[in-house]
Amino acid sequence: MRPESEQDLSEMVRSTDAPLRVLGGGTRDIGKPVTGAALSTAGLSGITLYEPGALTLVAQAGTPLAAVTAALAAEGQRLPFEPMDTRALLGTDGVPSVGGMVAANASGPRRVQAGACRDSLIGVRFVDGTGSVVKNGGRVMKNVTGYDLVKLMAGSWGTLGVLTECSFKLLPVPESEATLRSAPMSAQDAHKVMSAALGTPYEVSGAARALDGHVYLRVEGFARQVAYRCAQLQATLGGAWDMLDASASAAQWQTIGDVREFAAQPGDVWRVSVKPSQAGDLVARAQCPVVMDWGGGLLWMLTPEGTDLRARLGQFAGHATLVRASQATRAALAVFPPESPPVAALSQGVRMTYDPRGVLNPGLMG
Amino acid sequence: MHMPEPNGTILAKRDHVLARLQAVLPPEGLITDEAERRAYECDALTAYRCIPMAVALPSCTQEVAQILRICHQEGVPVVPRGSGTSLAGGALPTEDSIILGVARLRDVLEVNTPDRYIRVQTGITNLAVTAEVEGEGFFYAPDPSSQLACAIAGNIAMNSGGAHCLKYGVTTNNLLGVTMVLMDGTIVEIGGPYMDAGGLDLLGVICGSEGQLGVVTEATLRILRQPEGARPVLMGFDSNEVAGECVSDIIKAGILPVAIEFMDRPCIRACEDFAKAGYPDCEALLIVEVEGAAAEIDEQLALIKQIAQRHNPVAWRESASAEESAKIWLGRKSAFGAMGQINDYMCLDGTIPVSSLPFVLRRIGEMSRDYGLDVANVFHAGDGNMHPLILFDANKPGDLERCEAFGADILKLCVEVGGCLTGEHGVGIEKRDLMNVQYTPADLEAQMRIKDVFDPKWLLNPAKVFPLATSAARRAA
Repeated sequence: MRPESEQDLSEMVRSTDAPLRVLGGGTRDIGKPVTGAALSTAGLSGITLYEPGALTLVAQAGTPLAAVTAALAAEGQRLPFEPMDTRALLGTDGVPSVGGMVAANASGPRRVQAGACRDSLIGVRFVDGTGSVVKNGGRVMKNVTGYDLVKLMAGSWGTLGVLTECSFKLLPVPESEATLRSAPMSAQDAHKVMSAALGTPYEVSGAARALDGHVYLRVEGFARQVAYRCAQLQATLGGAWDMLDASASAAQWQTIGDVREFAAQPGDVWRVSVKPSQAGDLVARAQCPVVMDWGGGLLWMLTPEGTDLRARLGQFAGHATLVRASQATRAALAVFPPESPPVAALSQGVRMTYDPRGVLNPGLMG
Repeated sequence: MHMPEPNGTILAKRDHVLARLQAVLPPEGLITDEAERRAYECDALTAYRCIPMAVALPSCTQEVAQILRICHQEGVPVVPRGSGTSLAGGALPTEDSIILGVARLRDVLEVNTPDRYIRVQTGITNLAVTAEVEGEGFFYAPDPSSQLACAIAGNIAMNSGGAHCLKYGVTTNNLLGVTMVLMDGTIVEIGGPYMDAGGLDLLGVICGSEGQLGVVTEATLRILRQPEGARPVLMGFDSNEVAGECVSDIIKAGILPVAIEFMDRPCIRACEDFAKAGYPDCEALLIVEVEGAAAEIDEQLALIKQIAQRHNPVAWRESASAEESAKIWLGRKSAFGAMGQINDYMCLDGTIPVSSLPFVLRRIGEMSRDYGLDVANVFHAGDGNMHPLILFDANKPGDLERCEAFGADILKLCVEVGGCLTGEHGVGIEKRDLMNVQYTPADLEAQMRIKDVFDPKWLLNPAKVFPLATSAARRAA
């Protein structure tokens, strides 16, 4: 199914009596396997409104993300949250879409400074599981009119509604960027260095440790500002650092953000959200290759196929999501982190009320 | 403004309900005396008042759970209250309700600067959170003007903003986790000291739900390192349009000031008379503040100056010291006080696309003449959050009603140009009946269904946010 308008989509959802597999660009194949007729939002495409002077863009959900980034680049602006391109890691093809990015709340390395996708999302339109068309939020960046369903829709993986339109607040692309690279260090040392860097006033916009143990710290801003802040960081943190210039910096962060180091390696990939100071312990417990992002707050872990990583990690402040695995493993292990009974009851209640017949990506989130 | 008729059945069993609450609370945890209850009859929207049945002031999450469980069993509405600074009537009681205040939940539970968070009980004030961490060079970013008094509980309920949210976001962007009690007494933990809560983003919908989904007793808040410095510049223009264009050009140039404040002539005059801040005599005034090290600030201000000069500013005053910065902010910060001296006033909070600023200000001027009421505009220009202040005389019959009608027309205009009814104050009772202007019945239904899940009996702050007629069936059920 490929609706060409929100009205079409509403009719299709209303009249279906079988489960639907909601697809944006189809590049983010995660979650429990869903059986159902494919419903593509690719027909709902186009930038509805772009006001550079107001830092605002509105696009239909099926708009290719590349079309949005190109339009923004022409005005020297960007989506602040650096969404991950999952194609290399997950071995998918297709065209990443605006709606898919939002449904996944895809947020990259700049999360530490500029927030997640949900933080830049200021409005949505969607069709819920009954076919009802709902709008929430709008196109202004300060809006507390009624409940914030905008954030609820971000990261709901198409289980509450099919997104038809998304509005974002934007940021200017800074004049310059640079990245400091350390000598290789342990995970334990790395999270301390990254926390120290993120605790300075120098507005570090990326803090990660790659597989080889190098720590990377990114600074963005006016050229002189970047030079000053890099120098200050080196003086504050001590140790030996070399500097990647703007183009090397951009390439490095794409590698980190898209977790390309795991792309060609066999095994399952987990995404672990954690209190940064616990990162060192968790890396020790995991006994597997790890890429640390978000200053240690996000750990990408590569485990042998079928490993129950949660059992290995035990109790910690955070949670683990199984991002890449065979369908069999995904069916066997919980993909999304198990929730406490009262939270699970609320989540289930919300799903039931928006999709009472269970037709939208049923079971995808568990 | 109407509120629902109190439920006679509940009023009739007041003694029984209070006895049950007394059994689980220490004497200082329950206020039943009428004179003391009167202190809770309104919040900062003082035009509306009602004395609640009782006021419960629990001192821990467990007591909150017991209070809510009892009220749930007895079918008694509960109105949560932070510090009572809501401008929208968010904490206005009804006669048949229990006020549940968090004023005694004031502990700081954990400060963790390496992981950049603080965990607090939610009765603590906004400013006290920053006070707790500023010794180590950190701060809590959302800065509503009431930050000296307002509680974190209320900030979360209303998703409060402030002057600096262009750069740092509002409450929801700085909230990592909550301990919350549902109306049936269930205690839930959502999120924590990590950057994203798993599963559906319930935290996102709880923040800004105006105390209708649960009572948040503890919160994990993101803290940030203070910038090396900050400095404002003040500039004057001879028309609102030109000032608006200048804002747009600054943003387009890739500069991200922490604050861009806008004042129109009536507001400039009132502030000048009141605070003597030395503001220029002009049509529109901008205060733009940038952050960083001294050299970084110089560079950004030089760029801003280049941009401003293209718009022929009639005044340019760059701060060179802390004293000068304070003086530039003095007038702006006393805007509300200045208005209060002239007259009674009503403060609106609609947000508009920045590009509509000149049109909206022109229309407000025309409406001001039609209604015969003066209005002054002060405005977070970077994010389009307007604060028109309508002046009226509460002692003059009909003036309040005229002012309310004028206010409603301004908010409708905000929605018409693509904005919203409220940018940071919340809906409360004040904008409740205008929700139909911004949202379709299906939009409101989708929001109310969330409340059905969290509070199926609609007992938590029930007469707020949604038009009374729209929520009537649910409240009666």
